Amino acid sequence: MFELLGIPPQALFGQLLLGLINGSFYAILSLGLAVIFGLLNIINFAHGAQYMLGAFVAWMLLNYLGIGYWWALLIVPIVVGAFGIVLERLMIARLYHLDHLYGLLLTFGLALIIQGLLRNQYGISGLPYSIPPQLAGGQNLGFMFLPNYRGWVVVASLAVCVATWFVIEKTRLGAYLRAATENPTLVGAFGINVPRMITLTYGFGVALAAFAGVLAAPVYSVNPNMGADLIIVVFAVVVIGGMGSILGSIVTGFGLGLVEGLTKVFYPEASSVVIFVIMAIVLLVKPAGLFGRAA
Amino acid sequence: MSAANHTAASHAAPAPVAAGRASATGMPRHHAAIFLALLAAGLAAPFFLYPVFLMKVMCFALFACAFNLLLGYTGLLSFGHAAYFGSASYISAHAAKVWGLPPELAILSGVAAATVLGLVIGALAIRRQGIYFAMVTLAFAQMVFFFSLQAPFTGGEDGIQAVPRGMLFGFINLRSDFTLYFVVLAIALGGMLAIYRIIHSPFGQVLKAIRENEARATSLGYRVNRYKLATFVLSAAFAGLAGGTKAIVFQLASLTDVHWSMSGEVVLMTLIGGMGTVFGPIVGAAVIVTMQNYLATFGAWVTIIQGVIFVVCVLLFREGIIGVFQKWIKKPL
Amino acid sequence: MTKTGFLLASLAASLMATSALAQDITVKIGVLNDRSGIYADLSGEGSVIAARMAAEDFGAAEKGIKVEIVSADHQNKPDVASTIARQWLDQDGVNAIVDVPTSSAALAVNEIIKDANALFINSGAASSDLTGPACSPHTVHWTYDTWALANGTGSAMVQQGGDSWFFLTADYAFGHALERDTAAVVEAAGGKVVGTVRHPFPGTDFSSFLLQAQASGAKVIGLANAGGDTINSIKQAAEFGITQAGQALAGLLIFITDVHALGLQTAQGLVLTESFYWDLNDGTREWSARFEAADGDKPTMVQAGVYAGVLHYLKAVEAAGTNEADAVIAKMKEMPTDDPLFGKGEIRADGRKVHDMYLFRVKSPEQSSGAWDYYETLATIPADKAFRPMADGNCPLVK
Repeated sequence: MFELLGIPPQALFGQLLLGLINGSFYAILSLGLAVIFGLLNIINFAHGAQYMLGAFVAWMLLNYLGIGYWWALLIVPIVVGAFGIVLERLMIARLYHLDHLYGLLLTFGLALIIQGLLRNQYGISGLPYSIPPQLAGGQNLGFMFLPNYRGWVVVASLAVCVATWFVIEKTRLGAYLRAATENPTLVGAFGINVPRMITLTYGFGVALAAFAGVLAAPVYSVNPNMGADLIIVVFAVVVIGGMGSILGSIVTGFGLGLVEGLTKVFYPEASSVVIFVIMAIVLLVKPAGLFGRAA
Repeated sequence: MSAANHTAASHAAPAPVAAGRASATGMPRHHAAIFLALLAAGLAAPFFLYPVFLMKVMCFALFACAFNLLLGYTGLLSFGHAAYFGSASYISAHAAKVWGLPPELAILSGVAAATVLGLVIGALAIRRQGIYFAMVTLAFAQMVFFFSLQAPFTGGEDGIQAVPRGMLFGFINLRSDFTLYFVVLAIALGGMLAIYRIIHSPFGQVLKAIRENEARATSLGYRVNRYKLATFVLSAAFAGLAGGTKAIVFQLASLTDVHWSMSGEVVLMTLIGGMGTVFGPIVGAAVIVTMQNYLATFGAWVTIIQGVIFVVCVLLFREGIIGVFQKWIKKPL
Repeated sequence: MTKTGFLLASLAASLMATSALAQDITVKIGVLNDRSGIYADLSGEGSVIAARMAAEDFGAAEKGIKVEIVSADHQNKPDVASTIARQWLDQDGVNAIVDVPTSSAALAVNEIIKDANALFINSGAASSDLTGPACSPHTVHWTYDTWALANGTGSAMVQQGGDSWFFLTADYAFGHALERDTAAVVEAAGGKVVGTVRHPFPGTDFSSFLLQAQASGAKVIGLANAGGDTINSIKQAAEFGITQAGQALAGLLIFITDVHALGLQTAQGLVLTESFYWDLNDGTREWSARFEAADGDKPTMVQAGVYAGVLHYLKAVEAAGTNEADAVIAKMKEMPTDDPLFGKGEIRADGRKVHDMYLFRVKSPEQSSGAWDYYETLATIPADKAFRPMADGNCPLVK
């Protein structure tokens, strides 16, 4: 049996697959951030909190209303997305004429509030959320045991990412969106309600975060801090991919998941910094990000 | 920071010129009066309030002033200033405890470390603008955090504990909170005055020009990046001074000081006090530290209240406390 | 002041001995812990309730001792802990600080208490340095420490047949210490360590590391991490079928609140060491029922430790007839401890409270008879073997 860099190839495949699974979360989250940034020019620091909120709402649906995972996958993004729309109308909309940085600071404050409230209510240890029975168990792939649920995560997130990309790049609605990003006044002159489109876009970006939250609930601990540390990594992913680039954020999300997976095998100690190192290098060499247009 | 600073700038920018009636030191009279009042309050305060608490306020006030030099006067939002504050606090603690240096040299080693770190990170970060700049500083600060977590000398989660306060200049014993208080007062006021001098020097005028219109400053022949880098390094150095002093006061250095939430806190202090004002960060730091201290009993509500303050400040109160006040008295503060 | 204080105290004590009711002492106890962060559930408000219960059960009011309890949140930050502790001692006249989870915060308070006229009864922190190199004449470490956990889980697991270990270690000082201590115990007991992987702290995805652990073929996977990291490791180990495939998971720092959060379905089979469980005997059941009525949850060992520590402290105050720190700590170490939660025990010269520790295994959902019925006892580690021998601790007080 040959070995690759001292690791049996089977083990390497396994680790790459795991990297891809983590990449799915990065991809959905960074996609949401990229959509919001592209149209609203807002860095949504509350994205991590909204992801966490998604997991919590799924838990609440199950425990208070008896609504299971599959319905949660549909309902939670709508509920949390609507919450996002309220936030946008009440607060964020007032900041569009100001510098980007105020959006960052406002959403940072919102994240603190959301996390704090849930922490007061549900404590910090986390809440249990089981894998839906249809996806329990796993497949023995020969080189590794793949839990069915993890496979589902990759499929679901790929589907969502591709659908989003398709809508934005290939449909008429997407064309309006992209045009509004370039020149909102002109698009408004054509009779399109730009502010409403912006509001709905923010709601959609938040809904993506909530969707990722529901996907994550059975795998990670459902606790108020689950988004806080993840969000900084996702920022890095967005910056590497190119701020506002849809395709860039998807490809970088999956790609960095793979890179991180490999680091965990060859040099586990560095797996938390590797993304930041890549980000620093990319910013210095190609400041607009791998897929971004030069500003 | 364009739009934000228009409000602040229209009041703050003409400060040294328009405020006219300068005192002998070149400082407008009402500024000199405020500094004197701060000194007087500083000298009297420990007789009424708890000295350790006051020292904490002063360390953070200096930290916020250092941060404001960068955000308020150059328009650069660093989301990773905890890196300089925290690394200085680690180096000072290590210098005092392991190398056995006296406190003044320990703090200076911390400042030196923060300066070097600021030079390296600053040189890379100033090549980007706006949000990218904030992201790069955040990324580097995360790297500093992970380094502090893993490096053997920092003691991981335990931090560096039991740091001796030592003998200042070899003969002033800092063991008593009272003695130490006046040393910290001197450091903090000295640091703030130095920052004040920088802001109101010709150098500081160029910084404001960059903040208002970078392209124009470039076209006037200023090497904008050099000015930005110099400010970044100065800001890091003063943040280091604050961090090193804090390590001596609390006799410990820990991960809290390098965590990204510390970077967020210093933004909050500057924002609530009034960015781009001389005295705003001092007020902001006092408000936040007092709040943390007296709300400690309420547990998680501290974070929620901080979040609410952030939101309210950004939506309704962008000029901050001092910003509003200076509009009211029609004099730049 | 120490000497005169002590003389006065013993004088007072001998006078009071005749008329205990006549004494009129005020003690102020400060419960300093995490009320918003990762340790809020296992200490937090529950510890304040426990301290209050101790004052009531002791009957402080009838004995002429006025007990006042204050509390604060240190947010797991050592500098916040240090500010609050200094203020309590210098300004508010607090006589004893209790609980203080998070090693860094506990060590900071420990430094301050050394020179203060007050005591520190730690229940929440894990660091065995508190009774080792950093030990203080005014500190009692009540409930557990890293050495006891490593020792309990390490040696008992080997005895149960788990003789080959793979460590999943949080990559910072605490994780390294836990791994080092446990590995030493495992090897001393005749087991061997086949591998180790350091994961970043804090982490969210452990599947990669767990697969490495699985590939090693070790019988036991030791989790040298804490809090959310441990919870996520266990959750993902269940997901990847690692426990079902026959490898045992050993949590080196895990509390009943963590098991509660995981649910039995996920946590079943996990082996861990604790010093207290609500369902050990009649005494623990009775107290825990009262605690649950006030708090809403069953108590953790940290909260139990706060109760027992405060109770013993008040007994010592009564016996010493004063709240002077040196007199009270002398009494605390002199009198054997006895309470319904930890049974009989003692406080050693280095400040270490010793009592039995227990090795538990988490029940499967079928074995459990209902809410909070989580543990079955695998072994009792007797008090004299449960903690690090005083001579090995390098505590300057006992040199």
